[in-house]
Formats: sequence, structure tokens, C-alpha cells
Amino acid sequence: MERFRLQYPAVVSMTAPKAAARKAGGKSGRAPSAVAAIAVEHAQVSFGAVRALVDGTIALYPGEVHGLVGENGAGKSTLVKILGGVHVPDAGRLLIGGTPTVLRNPSAALDAGIAVIYQEPTLFPDLSVAENVFMGRQPRRAGRRIDRRAMERQVLAVLERLGVRLDPGRLARGLSIADQQIIEIAKALTLDAKVIVMDEPTAALSAAEVSRLFRVVEALRLDGAAILFISHRLDEVFEACQWITVMRDGRWVLTSRSEDLTPDALVRAMVGRELVERESGAAAKLGDPVLQVDRLTSEGTFVDISFEVRAGEIVALAGLVGAGRSEVARAVFGVDRYDAGGVLISGKPLKVGSPRAAMDAGIGFVPEDRRQHGLVMAETIERNIVLASLGRLARHGIVPRRAARAFATDWALRLQIKYGRLSDPVATLSGGNQQKVVLAKWLSRQPKLLIVDEPTRGIDVGTKAEVHRLLVNLAAEGVAVLMISSELPEVLRLADRVLVIREGRLVRELSHDEASEESVIAAAAGVAA
Amino acid sequence: MTTPMQSLGRAAPAARGHQIAETLSRFRGAAIAAVILVVFGVTSIKNSSFAGSGSIQEILTGSSLFILLAVGETVVIVTRNVDLSVGSTLGLSAFEIGELYVHHPHMSVFVALLVGLGIGAACGAVIGFITTVFRVPSLVVTLAALYIIRGYVNIIGSGVQIEPTSVPHSFVSIGYSSILGIPWLFVIVAGVALIAAYGMRNFRAGRELYAIGSNPDAAQLAGIPVARRVFGAFVISGALAGLAGALFLAEYATVDATGGTGYELIVIASVVIGGVAIFGGSGNVIGALLGAILLQIINQSLVAVSVSPFWDQAIAGALLLTAIAFDRLLGFRASRALRAKEGAAYVG
Repeated sequence: MERFRLQYPAVVSMTAPKAAARKAGGKSGRAPSAVAAIAVEHAQVSFGAVRALVDGTIALYPGEVHGLVGENGAGKSTLVKILGGVHVPDAGRLLIGGTPTVLRNPSAALDAGIAVIYQEPTLFPDLSVAENVFMGRQPRRAGRRIDRRAMERQVLAVLERLGVRLDPGRLARGLSIADQQIIEIAKALTLDAKVIVMDEPTAALSAAEVSRLFRVVEALRLDGAAILFISHRLDEVFEACQWITVMRDGRWVLTSRSEDLTPDALVRAMVGRELVERESGAAAKLGDPVLQVDRLTSEGTFVDISFEVRAGEIVALAGLVGAGRSEVARAVFGVDRYDAGGVLISGKPLKVGSPRAAMDAGIGFVPEDRRQHGLVMAETIERNIVLASLGRLARHGIVPRRAARAFATDWALRLQIKYGRLSDPVATLSGGNQQKVVLAKWLSRQPKLLIVDEPTRGIDVGTKAEVHRLLVNLAAEGVAVLMISSELPEVLRLADRVLVIREGRLVRELSHDEASEESVIAAAAGVAA
Repeated sequence: MTTPMQSLGRAAPAARGHQIAETLSRFRGAAIAAVILVVFGVTSIKNSSFAGSGSIQEILTGSSLFILLAVGETVVIVTRNVDLSVGSTLGLSAFEIGELYVHHPHMSVFVALLVGLGIGAACGAVIGFITTVFRVPSLVVTLAALYIIRGYVNIIGSGVQIEPTSVPHSFVSIGYSSILGIPWLFVIVAGVALIAAYGMRNFRAGRELYAIGSNPDAAQLAGIPVARRVFGAFVISGALAGLAGALFLAEYATVDATGGTGYELIVIASVVIGGVAIFGGSGNVIGALLGAILLQIINQSLVAVSVSPFWDQAIAGALLLTAIAFDRLLGFRASRALRAKEGAAYVG
């Protein structure tokens, strides 16, 4: 795989955001002399050997919503933590209202009028909603005692403004992620902050909640707040933001007015390379069938499923969530038992209900939920990579340390996993890199058939492209790939054939050329195309 | 515009499970009080002399020291820490005050209490410092402190017994006199407990202790001075243990190097039975007070009904398990309600 090049064509690239601000100043209505409410210039942050941020640069102006986009691991969250006083940059500077400032800790940031809504809700489950909103700055009455009534009243008012009905007196424990996110937002609102930083506030919200949030954001903006908005959903970024900054690999890439950018240009700037597309002729030189599934049935889950996957072919199982796609894959790999039918690998029947037999027969299985089933989160990257190959590495039942290290290093390099040290827990990696570890684990066994269930769920666009390329390359090397994915663009781009499953039955088979968004959705939902 | 009903509907399923949990935990204090009354009633039926004011006084006096220690322990446990050193600190304080009385027989009661508070606060400060500055788990630090302090008391006090004759009458009278039938000891500790309960509920610093125990990382992000608060919690726990040492000497009028040995576990049991979550974040001082009284009344009722006192520990253990099962049930309900939500992260 080629290392991606630092190219971002068709995008307005500036040498410094100040230049961008100056240039577009007139258009945005921002006075040329306007001072950024807060600005970070060329900030660097390192954790040991890992440089999380190489050049963090952004300027937020009053009355503007500024979008920040980039892949996971691009350094967005580190930049956010500088604004929130969690990290002090090793180099570069932070300016508040034009004055260089050092925010030593979170309370210094709060005092400076900066509210940060972190990606992971940071609530106190044992305390009430109202206390969560006001912790550390509860309204007080005589004798410095907490004025609970005033507190609950103010929280009610803020929740009202957000259009949410929550009892301020209830405990935060048990709240849905969306409600937790709402409380985080309420926190920022009660702060009357001059600068509001929202790190993926919409990730867990429904469409209605998102549009409510946007109305609140707009109101805050008109009140003169400077807002930083981070989201993976690019349409939201275009909708909410006047300015967009792109980061990649810990560096500032560009800052531009949002109407000067197209979604395509934005993605290219984030990824720094083109996306792969499977050619329709790629399936021409197919080998023998590797996987043959014959009338597979499991009571109440799926019925009479038959299909085959040939060497060098990518077959996608499409369908609605809950249609039985993952269950079929799990049955093939032997995780779940089935009631009737059979599975043949290279013509030989596979033992029922034995993942061990499936592995010995040459099947690799990348499960849907990597945290639960794909990885031992607390174990090191190295251990996770070698986990499925221990038998082959072992000498007299013991795995030599050096061999394991060399093996893991090799595969980490092949999949371009970004890590600090191989001895770091796999939990410290970003989602995309965790997925690469799972892939490395299975690919290192050189499987004949690779089953991947939602291979790119929750990983950033860059790693997604790498995973896609990897699957295509595997197929070119003659590996049979069975892919399950809820992401239609991914299915349409990669699959030689698309098998649509609806309510546990295989209802439609589409070739690469036949498959389109309409045809797959129609089959999956059971309506005429 | 989404109507309020819609958002209300979304929150409803989670809310139901949680409301049950919350109601039950509110009733925790009432439930313990009920158990206390039942034990008292049943024992009185079996042994009519138990119903008198004498035994009530005895129960209140007997539980006083544990209540005081339990108040301090609650302050610490609520922050997701633990203080195992309270028994040793009590012993040190009691012994040192006794020694002081041997050499200065006319030291005032007030000074004696102050010395106790000071010794305890100093022990707590050292523990709090090591815990917060060097980030050593408090379990380890206070376990070490338990042995070090006890070892020190053994060295200075080997073979020494502070005799009742060395302790002035004015001081010992705290231990046996009462007001309106309530022992002074209990009045003092109940006063301390009420102040602590009020403070933990109504002041920012108090709420911050809960916040720290509930989610330490979030507490940091909320700008709470976590280290300072945890340090303060250990100083309070130490100071109260030191005060308990003074009251120990007042109650028994005599002390040797073993005074207070093993108290820490009884205290932690009281606190947990009283509904304070062992991993911090919830529970209150009043619950801990009731827990201490419950353990004491069980102890005394076994004597009253002539059951071997060896049963005492087994019953305490069973109570502890019941209390924890109770908490688990609540936790289970809450987390199930949580899991019902797609993509929910565990926030316990």
C-alpha cells in the first residue's frame, strides 16, 4: 500500500489562517480589525513519542460558527483539549482576545469564558441533572449555601430553551446518550460562555434534536458567541458553519469560508488521497468456489440461504439491520449453530458450531463489534495481533518473545497501523487503527475466506479508504471476501455481487452493474424497484 | 418543532427503572431504622429488661465512637477512596492524650479534645498528601498507615497502660454523663454527624466530593480541585478519628497500645450497610450513623438474649452482603435501563 501523499487539489489552501481571514473578511461581514475571541497558533502537543498535534492552528471570532473536520487521529480532540485547559501546548501559543494566555487547567478555561462540550459525555451518574449542569458553580444563597431551587429553576429554563423535558431532580444515571449530550450542552449554555467548543455534539442525537441544537447554536452565534463545531457529518458542518478548518495528521491543512468548499473537496482535503473504486471487470478472473453455503437454516433467524463465494470475489450481504445478515456470517464461522443445511469450504464440509474448525479450514472473521468480540481491549497491540497465530509462532508450546514482536511489527507495518509502541494497550488506539489490528490478526493467518462484518463502522474516512483498498487487494490476491455492511456506498463500490437478505431470506442477487442504491434498497425493504 | 411530549416519551423507559432505584435508595435510611426497631422490639420481647432506658443509653454510648469514625469514613469513601487507618489513628490519639494527662494532670478538657483533633488531622494530612501528590491508591497508603501508626503506638506504649487514676474526672465525665437521658458522647457525635450531613449536602465543596467519587475525570474537567478536595477528606477523616481517640479515653478512662485495633473494618461495614456506595459518589452520613447503630444494637441484643457473641460477626457479615446485594440490584436496574438505549456507554 502506498503511503498517502500530501496533496489536496482543488481546495483553497492558505499558508496561514490569518491570510484566509483577511482575504474573506469583507465577505463574511467580519471587520478587518476584528480580534479573534480565541486563537491557537502552531500549537504542538506530544505524549511521549506520539505527537498528537504538530501544528494546531485555529481562530474563532465572535458571532461565527467555525467547523473543524478531519479524520480520527487528525488532532481535533487534542486541539479541543488545549482550548479547554486540559493540555498546555509544548510549543505555539494561545491567544484570548489577542492576548497570549496559558490555560493551566480546566477551571482556568471556564473562568476565561470557554465552555467545552466533550465528545464523551462527562457526567456524574450519582448526581442530579441540575447538579450535573451546575457542578462547581452552583447558585448560592445566604451563608454560601447552595440554592437548590434557583439551580433547578435555571436548569429548567435552559432545558426549555433546548426543547427537552427532563426532571432536573432526577439522577443522571440511566440517561440516554442523547440526554447526556443535552446536559453537556445545557452546561455550556448556563456558563454564558464567550467561546463554546462542541466536540461531536450531534453524534448521538436524533434528527429532531440536531435541528433543535442548530437553532440554539444559531441563537448563541447571534448573541456574539464564538463557536467551534466538530462533526463527522459533513452535511451538518456545511449547514451550521460559516468557516471550516481541516486538519490532517495533527496539522492544520486549510481554513476556508464554507461556501467556497464542496463536500468532495472537503473529503479530499481530509483524506489527502483519492477513494478506491472496484472496477466492474475485476470479477472476470475468478477462481473456484471457496465458500459454498447450502440451504442454511436457523429457526427464527434465517431460512434456506444458499450462495457461494469464489476465490478473488467480493460478495456483500446487504439488507436492513436485523435482517439476519450477521447471523448467517456467524453461523458460517461456527459461532452460532444452525438447524439445517451445510457449509462447504473448498468443497469439503465444515464442522458445525466450531470456530476452531473454521479457522483451520482457512476462514478469517472480523466481527461487527470489535470492542466486544474482535479485540482484547486491555491487552497490548502486539498480543492482539499475534492472538490468532499463536499456534504457528509457538516453539514447543511457548511463543518466543522476539518472534512475536517481529511478527506484530511486520503486520502493523503492512496495515499501516498508527501506534506509539506495540506494548501499548489496544484501547489507546483510535477506532480505525483498532479495526486494522483486528484485520492484521486475521490476515496474518493468510485466510482463504475473509468474512468482514461492518468493517468500517465508526472509523474515519481515511482509514475507511485504506480498509477498502485492502479488501480489493486481498481479492486480487485470490482471497474470497464475504462482506456485511450497512453502508450502501461501500457495498456498491466494492462488491462483485450483492446478496440482499430480507427477514431472514435471500431475496435478491445483484451483479456489480445491476446493484444501485435504488435496487438494493428496494430489495431490502421489499418494494418493487 | 418537536412537541415536548415526544422528547418526554423518549426519556420515559429509562426513567422508570431509575425512579425505582432512586426511591429505594431514598428509603435506605428508613429501612435501616426499621430494622433497628425490629431488632430492638424482638429483643425486648425475649428479654424485658432490654426495653429500659439503660440499654438504649448503652447502645448509644457503645455506637458513638463508631459513628464518629463512620462520618469521617463516609467523607472519604464518597470520593472513591478508603481510609483503613482510622483505628490506628484513634489508638495513637487516645494513647498520646493519656500520656499527656500523666505528665500534665491539669490539662483542660478542651485542650485534650483539641490535641486529639490535631493528631488525627496531622495523620490524615500525611495520608492525603501521599495519596494525592504521588497518586498512590488510598487503599495502599492507608493500609501502610494502619501498620505504621499502630507500630509506633506499640513502640512508645509497649507495656504501658494509662490508668484511670491518671485521667482527670472532668474528662472522664464526658464518657458517662448524659443530658436529658442522652449520653453526652452521643450528643457530640450526633452533632458532628448532622454538621457533616448538612455540609455535604448544602455546600459546593461537599457536592464536589460526590462529583469526584461519581466520575473523577469529569470532576477534573468541571474545574473541581480534585486533589485539594480528596486531601481535605482525609484530613477530616483523620481529625474525626483523632477526636474519637479522645472520646475513647473519656469513655474507658484507660488505654494501652492496642486501643482501637480492628475498628476500621467495623466502620467500613457500618458505612456500607448505611448505603454509602463503596466506589463512591452516593450515600450520606446519616445512613452511616444508622449503620453503626444497627451493628451495635445487634451486638448488644445477642448478649441480652444470651446468644453467643461469636454470632455477632457472622450476622454483621450477612448484613453487609444483604446491603451489597441491595445496591447491586439497584445498580443492575439502572444499568439495564441504560443498556436499553442503543449505543449507551457505561457511566457507572
